[in-house]
Amino acid sequence: MNGIFSRNEAFVALIILGLVLIIGSINPNFFTLGTLYDLLRSSVVMGIFGVGVLMVLVSGGTDISFTAIAAFCTYVTSRYLNSIGFEGSVLVAFLISGAIGVLLGLINAILISSFKLPTLIVTLGTGNMFRGFMLAFIGTKIVTVLPPGMIRFSRTEFFPVTTLIGGTNGLSAAVFVLLAVVPVTWYILNYTMLGRGIYAIGGDRVAAERAGLNINVIQFFIYCYVGFLAGIAGIVHSSLVRTANPFDLVGTELSVIAAVVLGGARITGGHGTILGAILGVFLVIIINNSLIMMGVPSYWQSAVIGMIIILGTSITALQSKRESRVSIVDNQ
Amino acid sequence: MSTHFSSRTPKTRDSLSLSRLLGILRIDNNLLRLLVITVAIFVVMSLLRPHPFLTLRNFRSMSYQFPELGILSIAMMLAMLTGGIDLSVVGTANLAGILAAKLLTTLSPEAAGGHIALLILGAIFVALGIGILCGIFNGFLVAKIGIPPILATLGTMQLYTGIALVITKGYAVLGYLEQFLFIGNGVLWIFPVPLILFVLVAFIFAMVLSKTVFGFYLFMLGTNATAARFSGINNTLVLLKTYLLSGFLAGLAGIIVIARTNSAKADYGTSYVLQAVLVCVLGGINPSGGFGTVSGLVLAILSLQFLSSGFNMLRFSNFFKEFIWGLVLLLVMVINYLSTLYQSRRQLQKTREAIAEVSGGK
Repeated sequence: MNGIFSRNEAFVALIILGLVLIIGSINPNFFTLGTLYDLLRSSVVMGIFGVGVLMVLVSGGTDISFTAIAAFCTYVTSRYLNSIGFEGSVLVAFLISGAIGVLLGLINAILISSFKLPTLIVTLGTGNMFRGFMLAFIGTKIVTVLPPGMIRFSRTEFFPVTTLIGGTNGLSAAVFVLLAVVPVTWYILNYTMLGRGIYAIGGDRVAAERAGLNINVIQFFIYCYVGFLAGIAGIVHSSLVRTANPFDLVGTELSVIAAVVLGGARITGGHGTILGAILGVFLVIIINNSLIMMGVPSYWQSAVIGMIIILGTSITALQSKRESRVSIVDNQ
Repeated sequence: MSTHFSSRTPKTRDSLSLSRLLGILRIDNNLLRLLVITVAIFVVMSLLRPHPFLTLRNFRSMSYQFPELGILSIAMMLAMLTGGIDLSVVGTANLAGILAAKLLTTLSPEAAGGHIALLILGAIFVALGIGILCGIFNGFLVAKIGIPPILATLGTMQLYTGIALVITKGYAVLGYLEQFLFIGNGVLWIFPVPLILFVLVAFIFAMVLSKTVFGFYLFMLGTNATAARFSGINNTLVLLKTYLLSGFLAGLAGIIVIARTNSAKADYGTSYVLQAVLVCVLGGINPSGGFGTVSGLVLAILSLQFLSSGFNMLRFSNFFKEFIWGLVLLLVMVINYLSTLYQSRRQLQKTREAIAEVSGGK
C-alpha cells in the first residue's frame, strides 16, 4: 500500500522536476525567485480547491459544485461588504464567505446523506442551482471595486525582489492562506478519528458502518468543509484578480479534479494524500504558466495535460490491476 | 404493436387495463412521471404565453436547438448504461467538426462543379471516422487498461480539445459550402434536418438497445459486470463497442454543430458535457449502470427544451433556467428515492402480512 502512495507521488514529483529542469535549461530566466513567486501565487486558488476535492475523493465521492460555491460566496460577500461600506480587515470577508460556503455545502450534505443520492449527480444539480440563483436573483454585474480590505490583502507582499523589467515582485500574502489550509486539512485527515473515518468510508462503506462510524456525520463534515474551503478560495481568487466576477471559476472544476487525480487520489475512494494533491496542482500550474517559457505555444496546454492524465491514470490502473489479479474485464 | 393492443384494452375493465397497457408499452413509473412532467410543462407554458409558445415558428426554433444536445446525451447514455460516463463527447464532437471543417475549407475551391457532393460526403466521413477513432481510444483506456471511465474520458476530453486547439491555434474555422450548411439549417418538408437526424438516431438506438444481442449484453454489463463476465460475455468487446458508438454519435453531433453555426471552434459548447449528464439522469438513466431507456431521455430533453423556451418567452433571465434545471434534477432524484423507499416498505408490509396469514392459518 505504502509503495503505491509513494510511487504515485514520486512519479508526479519526477515529472515536475524534469519539466523544471527542461524549462530552466531552455530559458534560464525560469530559475528566479520572481518566477517561483508567480507560480506559487497562481497555485493558491487551485491548491485550496484541490485540498477540498481530495477530501471528497478520498471519501469515495465526487464534487463538481465547489467552483459554483466559490463564485457565489465571493460575489455575495463583495457586494454585501461594499453595500455597507465596510472598510475593515479581509478576515471579515473570509469569515462571511466561508460561512456562506458552509451553508451551501450543508445543502449538498443534506441531499447526499439524507436521500442517499450519488454525489456526482447531487453536486451537478446544486452547482447549476447555486450559479443560476446567483446570476438570476443576485446579479450579473462584475464588482470592479472590491472592498478596501480585500484590496489591501491583494497588495500585501513579502520578501520583495526586483524583476527583470525593473519592477518589484513579492511573495503574495495569498500564498499563506494555502500554507494554512494544507496543514490543517492534513492534520484532520491523518490525526483525527474524523479523518480516518473519511478514509474508511471511501475504502469500504459497509465495513466502516459496521465498525461503528457514523457515516452521516462524516459526510456532513466533508461537504460543509469543502464549502468552507470554496468560500475561502473564492475570496482569494477575487482579491488576486481584483474583481468579483460572477462568471469566473465555474468551468474549471474538472481540471481541479484532474490535477488531484494526477497526484494519486483514486476516484473510487480510500486513496490519496494531501502531498499528492498539491503536487498534482503544481504540475498543472507549471504546465499552464510555463510551457510558454519553453517556447511551446500556449495552445498546447490542454493536449499536454490530457496526455499526462492519461499516462498517470494508466500507470495507476495497471498497478492496481496487477495488485488484484482478478479483473472484471476479461483480458485474453 | 402497441396500437393493436391499446385498441383492445378498453374491453378489459378497471385499473387493470391501464397497468397492462403501460406494461405493454414498456412504460414504468419513472417514465410515466416524466411524461406527466413534460406534458405539464408544455400545458403551463402554452397557457401562460399561448401566442409565441404555440406557434409553428417556436416549434421550428426549438427543433433546431435541442438535437445537438440530444445526440450528445444519447452518446453519454450509452456510456452510463455500462456504469461509466463519457466526459469526452464534446471534445470529440469539436475535434471531428474541426477536421471536417478543415477539409471543407481547404478543398472547396478546387472541388467546384460536380464534386461538391463528394466533398461533403468526404467531410461527413472524416467527422464520423474521427468520432469512431476517439471512441475506440476511450474504449481501449477503459476496457483494456482499466482506467475508471470518468478519469479516462476526463483525460481524453483534455487531449481531444487540446489536439483541436493545436490544429486551429485557438481560432475558429469559418465558411463552408452552402450545400453543407443544409445539414444544420435545412428543412425537409416542414421538418428541420437536425430534428430528423435526432429522431433517426433516437429510433435506431432505441432499437439497438432493446432488440439486439449487443443491447442486451450492454445492460447485463451495466447491471453486474462480474455476472456478465461469468455468463460468457466478452466485457472488453462490449465496452469497446459502447465507447465506439458513443464516439460515432459525438462525431455526428460535431457535423450538425458546424453546419448549423457555420464555424468550428475547439471550445464550443463545453457546458454541454454536464448538461448531457443532467439530461440522462433526468431521463431515468441510472448513473451506476444497467437501467434507462431512450424514450426517457427524449422526454427529458423535450421537457428541458419546453422549459427553457417558455422561460425565454416569459422574459425570465437565461440564468433562471440554469437554476430551474438544477432544481428539477434534484427534485426528480429525491422523488425517485422516496418512491422506491415507499415501494420497498409496502413490499415489506405485504410480505409480513403474508407471513402472518400463513402462520395464523397453522
